[in-house]
Amino acid sequence: SRDGGFGLGREALLDEIAAWDIDIRPDGQGLPEGSGDVWTGEEVWVENCAMCHGDFGEAVGRWPVIAGGWDTLARKDPVKTVGSYWPYLSTVYDYIHRAMPFGNAQSLEPDQVYALTAYILYLNNIVEDDFVLSKETFADVEMPNTDGFFMDDRAETELEQWRTEPCMEACKDAVEITMHAAVLDVTPGTDEKAVDE
Amino acid sequence: MTRTTRRGVLKVGLAVGAGLAGGRVIAQDADPAITNLQPWMQQLGEGVDARPYGHPSEYEAHVVRRNVEWLTADPVSSVNFTPLHELDGIITPNGLCFERHHSGIAEVDPAEHRVMINGLVETPLVFTMADLMRFPRVNRVHFLECAANSGMEWAGAQLNGCQFTHGMIHNVQYTGVPLRLLLEEAGVRTDGKWLLAEGADAAAMTRSIPMEKALDDCLVAFKMNGEALRPEQGYPVRLVVPGWEGNMWVKWLRRLEVGDQPWEHREETSKYTDLLDNGKARKFTWEMDAKSVITNPSPQAPITHGKGPLVITGIAWSGRGTIPRVDVTTDGGMTWNAARMSGPSFNKSMHRFYYEMDWDGSPLLLQSRAMDSTGYVQPTKDMLRKVRGENSIYHNNGIQTWSVNENGEAENVEIS
Repeated sequence: SRDGGFGLGREALLDEIAAWDIDIRPDGQGLPEGSGDVWTGEEVWVENCAMCHGDFGEAVGRWPVIAGGWDTLARKDPVKTVGSYWPYLSTVYDYIHRAMPFGNAQSLEPDQVYALTAYILYLNNIVEDDFVLSKETFADVEMPNTDGFFMDDRAETELEQWRTEPCMEACKDAVEITMHAAVLDVTPGTDEKAVDE
Repeated sequence: MTRTTRRGVLKVGLAVGAGLAGGRVIAQDADPAITNLQPWMQQLGEGVDARPYGHPSEYEAHVVRRNVEWLTADPVSSVNFTPLHELDGIITPNGLCFERHHSGIAEVDPAEHRVMINGLVETPLVFTMADLMRFPRVNRVHFLECAANSGMEWAGAQLNGCQFTHGMIHNVQYTGVPLRLLLEEAGVRTDGKWLLAEGADAAAMTRSIPMEKALDDCLVAFKMNGEALRPEQGYPVRLVVPGWEGNMWVKWLRRLEVGDQPWEHREETSKYTDLLDNGKARKFTWEMDAKSVITNPSPQAPITHGKGPLVITGIAWSGRGTIPRVDVTTDGGMTWNAARMSGPSFNKSMHRFYYEMDWDGSPLLLQSRAMDSTGYVQPTKDMLRKVRGENSIYHNNGIQTWSVNENGEAENVEIS
């Protein structure tokens, strides 16, 4: 057994690690060799993605919107897309390769994923239509909302203020109902059939 | 065979209510439930060979997980809800634990399942399930709450029932190996500050976890409530991340990579980041804040017995400790009463509370307010909105109000 351990498990082989370790980081660590351009990306998109995400990333039905929504984050109804919200390009490559197309994950070659990523950048007005994305050009891309995120600050903004002895008596003079869920009526029925046949 | 329907029970309940006098029922006619011979009093029942794996009574057929179709584009990357209004105590039955998948339920053959540890470790390792079973085990009860639980309620009262407003939670006893032991087996290098956990399903779900948490109280669990994990809960093995948002509890766990910085993957950038009013978003909001909800009465569980003794009950939990105290109001927060805590109080686990009262039949505005062992008091929804706005989606732990009318019917409302 190994020093200080239980001696359980065995050493992972390089081929095994290569097969499963597909993650990409914001600094580009993990990116494979390869490249793809915007118009190749459009072809891959039309064939594999557009049926759910729309020809221009505008989405079909309730499927996720991929492009647009710029400058909507402080609005009442923000539209969070790769262009308007996502902080890192690495996440686009990683997620497409990892989990898309929905129902046929990990079916795309590195060149196809580079091309798709380039096309999504183009749809979001982040690159020109002659852009070629590769491991080498990856770092040239600036995502619009890179600085839009900050570490959880609840400890400073919420926790201390709300650690107070709460009111128990005469806490308010009157109470009024301001909103009813029944007015919206979007709750599924309780399906009485299950017991009432 | 006569079969009492749920509606039938309700009618009987109302008829008995009419015979109330001085708080006690006067029998006007002999009760046929007593005077008639029921089939189960006379005929033989099924033998011990009939139910090798038992199911609930057929009269409990309405106690099921439910989904809300309009919430998501597809039932495969979607969520359903635990029927909290039908449950009591603190343990959620395995078959009723809410589900959240991103590419459906992976049906994994345990003989073909492996767990890999790689990255900044002395020795990258591969474990079989048989290997994992040979590490020392621990048993712990923890709640798992989806970060989006109550998320549809940010902008106001929407869904009518605690199953839908609060049911993305379950609380079970996990048996598993401390994650620390597995990491020590591989030998984490000093620059290994983060851990990436990855699932074996088609979503290959990944989340970055700080090493401090990984070495503290995380488990690699293979049993829930004594039996193997259900497929929809990650069979044969899942990550348990006590007190932290459910998304991080990676199911069908296949790989743990040690790194020196977070990966910023889709589920911690596009999703599970909390947009504030100013257009900036919090990230890595891991802990689930103290929260509670009254499960009875509630919109799906109206008062059907008329005036008199009424049991108000609910659940409370905190990602930062235990829940020593819950207060209940019946008048919309003008006056509060200490509820009675009952059952075991475990760290980062669900707690059960009761408040018994004599109901005079007048309308009620019910709320519960949890206080956790750090002294944090569950805020109102308005307090949360003041800090965060209405577009956070995740981490809504605001106080829930049920409006109960003279008939005992309850509705999800917001109040001033």
